[in-house]
Amino acid sequence: MTDLSLTRAGVDRDRVLRLLQEYGVYAGVVVLLLFNFAFTAHFASAENFRTQAVQVAPVLIVALGMALAIGTEGVDLSVGSVMALATSLLSLYLGYGPWLAVVVAVVGGIVVGLANGALVAFVGVQPIVATLALMVGARGLALVLLPQLKDVRDPGLASLGSGDALGIPYLVLIAATLALLVAFVVRRTAFGRQLLAVGDSRPAARLAGLPVRRVLIVVYVCSGALAAIAGVLATARLTASDPTSLGSLMELSAITAVVVGGTPLSGGRVRIGGTVAGAVLIQLLTTTLIKHDLPPSWTQIAQAVVIVGAVYAARERGKR
Amino acid sequence: MLTVTGLCKTFPGVRALSDVDFTARAGEVHALVGENGAGKSTLIKVLTGVYRPDAGEMACDGSPVRFHTPLQAQQAGISTIYQEVNLVPLMSVARNLFLGREPRGRLGLIDFRRMHREADETLRGLGIRVDVRRPLRELGVGAQQMVALARAVAVDARVVVMDEPTSSLEPREVRTLFDVIRTLRERGIAVVYVSHRMDELYEICDAVTVLRDGRVVHTGRLAGLDRLRLVSLMLGREIGEVGREGRTKFSGSHAIADQPVLAAHDLTVRHRLSGVSLALRPGEVLGLGGLLGSGRSETAKAVAGALPVDSGRVVVAGTPVRTGSTPAAIRAGISLLPEDRKSEGIVPGLSVRENIALAALPSLTRFGLVDDARIDRIVDTFMKRLRIKAAGPHQKVGELSGGNQQKVLLARWLALQPKVLLLDEPTRGIDVGAKAEVQALVDELADEGLAVLLISSDPEELIEGSDRVLVLKDGAVVRELTGDAVTEDELMRAIAAVPSGGHDD
Repeated sequence: MTDLSLTRAGVDRDRVLRLLQEYGVYAGVVVLLLFNFAFTAHFASAENFRTQAVQVAPVLIVALGMALAIGTEGVDLSVGSVMALATSLLSLYLGYGPWLAVVVAVVGGIVVGLANGALVAFVGVQPIVATLALMVGARGLALVLLPQLKDVRDPGLASLGSGDALGIPYLVLIAATLALLVAFVVRRTAFGRQLLAVGDSRPAARLAGLPVRRVLIVVYVCSGALAAIAGVLATARLTASDPTSLGSLMELSAITAVVVGGTPLSGGRVRIGGTVAGAVLIQLLTTTLIKHDLPPSWTQIAQAVVIVGAVYAARERGKR
Repeated sequence: MLTVTGLCKTFPGVRALSDVDFTARAGEVHALVGENGAGKSTLIKVLTGVYRPDAGEMACDGSPVRFHTPLQAQQAGISTIYQEVNLVPLMSVARNLFLGREPRGRLGLIDFRRMHREADETLRGLGIRVDVRRPLRELGVGAQQMVALARAVAVDARVVVMDEPTSSLEPREVRTLFDVIRTLRERGIAVVYVSHRMDELYEICDAVTVLRDGRVVHTGRLAGLDRLRLVSLMLGREIGEVGREGRTKFSGSHAIADQPVLAAHDLTVRHRLSGVSLALRPGEVLGLGGLLGSGRSETAKAVAGALPVDSGRVVVAGTPVRTGSTPAAIRAGISLLPEDRKSEGIVPGLSVRENIALAALPSLTRFGLVDDARIDRIVDTFMKRLRIKAAGPHQKVGELSGGNQQKVLLARWLALQPKVLLLDEPTRGIDVGAKAEVQALVDELADEGLAVLLISSDPEELIEGSDRVLVLKDGAVVRELTGDAVTEDELMRAIAAVPSGGHDD
């Protein structure tokens, strides 16, 4: 790096790509923010930021669990259905008090995660197939428990969904806390290291005596629990339980956030900061296009471009 | 035939090749040797168009050439045979041989009859007899390599580059390979031969070029160069020094305790092991000899819990160990350095530091949190003790050379303070310097009272490294060599003297 004479065109290109891989997602967020400050009316208001943050919170929480699953070279497709199951359980058990209902909802997510993890770790089913089964199953169960949309009238939940502390919505505080917690687990705990080793080279991890199965199960349990929390928060914000549509296509949004954030699908690496930025980037992109009166189809096309860009950058890194 | 002069290639931070001259002549087998990191692979990649040189000239048949892609090099008649065969395993031998240039009949369809006949002729011409209709993957690795070679010859290659072609071959396959190489030589093809195995070089090569630190330190006929001199050129050490130390770094004998620390009884795995028993005492190096597929690696894996056994017991220091569970074996003090370093050993994306700490993590944490200070101390100790050459503890292990990767793995296991260390081919594919260091380390560990099981397909290493050798054949122990009988001759005899027959060539 110090010897500039070594820097040739080829090296330069590699470095640019590597930088793009590492920091591209943050740059994207900054560019979109600057664009909006300059060209979008009413963008630079506290109220707008609040809305954006509240909207991004559930996706972000789900994406945290997804990042862990992808870090083990897996994926969790059941997250959207877990959100639906959580909302069903929540409204079903609301009669016993909001706290108990929330606990039951999260336990529901953990049970689905256990099933996912057991299928992946013990039965040896590929993650995409195992979680696809649970994706269908959990959504079905959610609809059996609560066949149609139901209002959720509970002052506690309502304040969770729309209240704030020091001007910051609870939803955002919870999402930020969880992000920090997951980042801490990945970086600082033995479990985090083992997770990365399992994702990078499973035979090596097994021969090194790591508890590979336990790691996989805990990862899917975390993913299920986080998705259930996201389901609870989304219900609280909407003040209604809608197991038909809540969380649908959430798995794809979460995977998008993780991939755009620079976590490779091949496992062995988890970037929590990137995942947060990825979720924010997609949210800002959507907002930008909507505020400029472009039809929603444009949003999807723009998302596709961002995903392809992120995958391209990741591919170049992998090839070297 | 192929000449390069003044070749330079620099990677960020490393000068891989500086001012290298190299000539491959027609009808000559030219050995290219050097330690890992000497620049062999870089030179090959430049010759075959994978890398572009920063400076220097290349000439093919006297006319200057420049390759921008491997395809251009191939069109100029330069073929490469890699360790891993680059063919299509599901297609037939003949299809592989003619891939991309199949003989066409009328209507533009593949003329299978002609293809099979020509394939058969080509292979026969090289002295290889296989059924060309069979899918390639049914052939052994050796035969697959022959097909790759035949393909290279069939596409009118004039220069064939072989990168450690014998590393996964059995002795008999090596013989066939050498016959093919001799045929190539007679046909006036220039062969560039890269290998770590001294015996092979002297058997098959005419000329040699020694690379060290990206420079050519010697080039000339091989016949006039004695082995010691060649080793000293590669290592950059003086002859007296090497001579005094012997060819392997083993001292030979250790103070061995009376009571075995590890005892395995009647380990049986269907089709792979039948009733293997062994006992290993502290301070002892027990060698496992035998041909490829004789059950050496399987024995080590069964003892380490990495291969579930149908029956059999493993006892460490008087306590039975649950078989078929790696964590149980590790808790009991058994560590296995696996044969396949790249896919079963290292975790390439993690740093040197995290790779070393990986197995010992549970004991290096407080309430599930990683104790960074203690890890740093351990990593620092082992990086110094094993002389691991890395940019720092945070470099990714995937970027290190083979020898250093192996040392990182050794450090991972030593950090656990095991009672029994199972080493499966600890020096395979690593450079001479690192090999000597690993061998010296094995000796040192045995002296410190560790029980070591050593598996090696290099007879010299096995004999000089071990106090005692068990010879395996078809998954069973056929002979034990002890005391004065621990010699290469006895080992060969033990392998050859098996009454099952078929190996009497």
